[in-house]
Amino acid sequence: MNRLKLIEEWIFKIISFIAAYSVVLILLYLLIVVFKKGISALSWEIVFSMPEGGYYFGGGGGILNAIVGSFYLSIGATVLAVIIGLPAALFINVQLIRLKRTQNTIRFFLDALWGIPSIVYGAFGFAAMLFLGLNASLLAGIITVALLITPILVRAFDEVLKTIPVELQEASFSLGSTRTETALKVLFKQGFAGFITALLLAFGRGIGDAASVLFTAGFTDNIPVTFDEPVATLPLSIFFQLSSPIEEVRQRAYAAAIVLTVIILIISVSARLLSKRYSKNSIK
Amino acid sequence: MLVNIWMRGGLYILLAIPVLIGVGLYWKAAPLLQHQSLISLLFSSKWFPMKGEFGFLPFIFSSVYVTILAFILSAPLCLFAAIYLTQFGKQRLLNFMLPVIDILAGIPSVVYGVWGVLVIVPLVADKVAPLFGTTSSGYSLLAGGIVLAVMCIPYMLNMLIEVFHTIPVGMKEASLSLGATHWEMVKHVIIRKGFPGIISAFGLGIAKAFGETIAVLMVVGNTMNITLSPLKSGYPLPALIANNYGEMMSIPDYDSALMFAALLLFVVILIINLFFRYFIHKTEKI
Amino acid sequence: MKQMAFTYQPNLLSESVTMENQTEVAEMKKDSPIIEIKNLNVKTSEGKILKDINLKIPKNKIVVLLGPSGCGKTTLLKSLNRLTDLYKELKVSGQIIIDGQDIMKAGQNLAVMRQKMGLLSQRPFPLPASIYKNVAYGLKLKGIRSKKLISHSVETNLKRVGLWNEVKDRLKSPVTSLSIGQQQRLCLARGLAVKPAIILADEPTSALDPISTKIIENLFKELKQHYTIILVTHVLRQALRLADHVVFMYYGEIIEQGHPDEILKNPKTAILKKYLVDGN
Repeated sequence: MNRLKLIEEWIFKIISFIAAYSVVLILLYLLIVVFKKGISALSWEIVFSMPEGGYYFGGGGGILNAIVGSFYLSIGATVLAVIIGLPAALFINVQLIRLKRTQNTIRFFLDALWGIPSIVYGAFGFAAMLFLGLNASLLAGIITVALLITPILVRAFDEVLKTIPVELQEASFSLGSTRTETALKVLFKQGFAGFITALLLAFGRGIGDAASVLFTAGFTDNIPVTFDEPVATLPLSIFFQLSSPIEEVRQRAYAAAIVLTVIILIISVSARLLSKRYSKNSIK
Repeated sequence: MLVNIWMRGGLYILLAIPVLIGVGLYWKAAPLLQHQSLISLLFSSKWFPMKGEFGFLPFIFSSVYVTILAFILSAPLCLFAAIYLTQFGKQRLLNFMLPVIDILAGIPSVVYGVWGVLVIVPLVADKVAPLFGTTSSGYSLLAGGIVLAVMCIPYMLNMLIEVFHTIPVGMKEASLSLGATHWEMVKHVIIRKGFPGIISAFGLGIAKAFGETIAVLMVVGNTMNITLSPLKSGYPLPALIANNYGEMMSIPDYDSALMFAALLLFVVILIINLFFRYFIHKTEKI
Repeated sequence: MKQMAFTYQPNLLSESVTMENQTEVAEMKKDSPIIEIKNLNVKTSEGKILKDINLKIPKNKIVVLLGPSGCGKTTLLKSLNRLTDLYKELKVSGQIIIDGQDIMKAGQNLAVMRQKMGLLSQRPFPLPASIYKNVAYGLKLKGIRSKKLISHSVETNLKRVGLWNEVKDRLKSPVTSLSIGQQQRLCLARGLAVKPAIILADEPTSALDPISTKIIENLFKELKQHYTIILVTHVLRQALRLADHVVFMYYGEIIEQGHPDEILKNPKTAILKKYLVDGN
């Protein structure tokens, strides 16, 4: 009897050990492959020059347009997301502080919204674009990506605001501040690091997303100057280059994939460092 | 006062997003729904856009197929990995893995797609297909399933670890002190107490896999097929939408059809999400 | 290191020593201690939680571990049945000999060794199952399959903690339907069902109302005829009410120990004096 128990325990320990390490290995392998394959194709030219004529058929140049385009798009979307999301997150944590039920319901909906795939946002963005009479452009892309990342920004910021003790707000009330003043002064100050983290998280998601901008941002070899010009993005440029039958172009897709991965890594690592430094109730 | 309106406005816009998406997509899909019944849209496999016939079954089939495949490949792996990391493994391993998982969850899907093209597609073509005595281009349902599985790993693992961390230590202590072996404790306390959370993590993982676009699009082959063979190519719904946006304005009702596909994804995934999030919210309160 | 071994020296001149106490002393000298802790150290990366603990715990007595929160008394208690394994950051070294076996080297017998000790936590932690299954859990782990035997044990042990009449009609319902006090008694019944020799109680009444506290305390007084009880508390009155022997701890060390009347009324060390003043 006891022997059986020990054998069972031993088997499952082995299984879970193997599972854990295969997960580690798979994920490391993924990063290694992407880096190894791309590093040989990576050059200053690819990162810092604009595509020349016939780039997607093996012409010279680089993907600077897509890199800059991605930043334009994601910065714009993040700004828009902050304009909508920041006050919403503060609202949830100030005006609704006594209404736990409402708070939880809102959080619940936002979490559910988080799971909506970006292709749906893309399709909706396209419908909205037609409705508003816009063309596939930087502006349309910004609006679509903003829709995608606002729930992320709000929930991430909200998670931080949630941890700020109610007493802090109450102390401020008793000193005669209005609720709104409290919101802006106390919460924003206390949650500033969290806000930056949320911002970076949303920004990273915006840069990395392809499906939402497929219909709405268009694609171009240029860097847009105005909002109504189309814009290229890094993920889409990877996607298009990889679809090319020409080996050389495909090689450049691998290089572009490194660029994108590195940008995302920098963003998420700095977001993590920030939240680690400032979060009070982190697990030791 | 102005700030107050702004704060309120922000929240209302946010809460209006899902409603707007639903209404907007429905509005664009409506013309198609007038021509063809919902039943035939969902269960017919006749896909002739030029003739105005839109049967989504092959696409739905592919979507469900790759999702199930991804689930089968990733769920047990994640469950056991999470058990190991939180229960059996060293603290150092967990401390190392948490940020890694977090960061990997943020890697864009196009990068997973690149990896799929580089590793999984050749693997299926050169190793797996000969093993079964057939040939395959590698761009297949299996490749889609594997890439999706890998994409889901950080996402599900993260949630599972969180679920296991919410289980009170006192309960584990109680089980052990009554004479349970470590594994018995895991079985009786961690898995049982964490069950709603585990199910939710799995459900949300499925929802994510179902809606994933670019990575799947890159490896799945994109040809219509209703086949049980994982070595054949498929054409999931998100790939259909993404691949045909260029032509959709030139064929009548085609844009409606694609919007219908998006609506379908939206509704299915929203329902799955709401359902399992509700589960989580309920368990968090305890 | 000073000698921490517990041998109670009766002060024959003192009037407080009654006949009863004297027979107790005789018994204790005769019996070897049920638990012997030698050079126990518990460390984290940030420092020591327990420093060179040496302690002998006599059989069938209530030994109270007393001290301010954070002094390591809970860690000491959890070391006894190696629940410290659950806290990955802890490094434990030393010997804990229970019934002649070193639990630190228990290996495959760990689960069996743990069944010698029942645990009662600060607040009740019922397992995610029905009332009946909670009590039956340990028996099933022991490999007992007989339904008759199990239900008999469930009934006996629920009766012992005075819960039977309150729950006999709803044995199949989840434990969450019980009050906290009832849950705590259920946890005690659950622990008793595996027939331990020792009960480890970690501030078992701190989350309870006065009535439930009273019930648990009275139970302890009865139980000590058959069990050795090690009770962690920071409530002085409780220590006075229940203890046969008090071990006062401070920052991971045993500062003083002895009969409660002796050490709580005439503390020798400055730390304990201060604690008693602040505590009251």
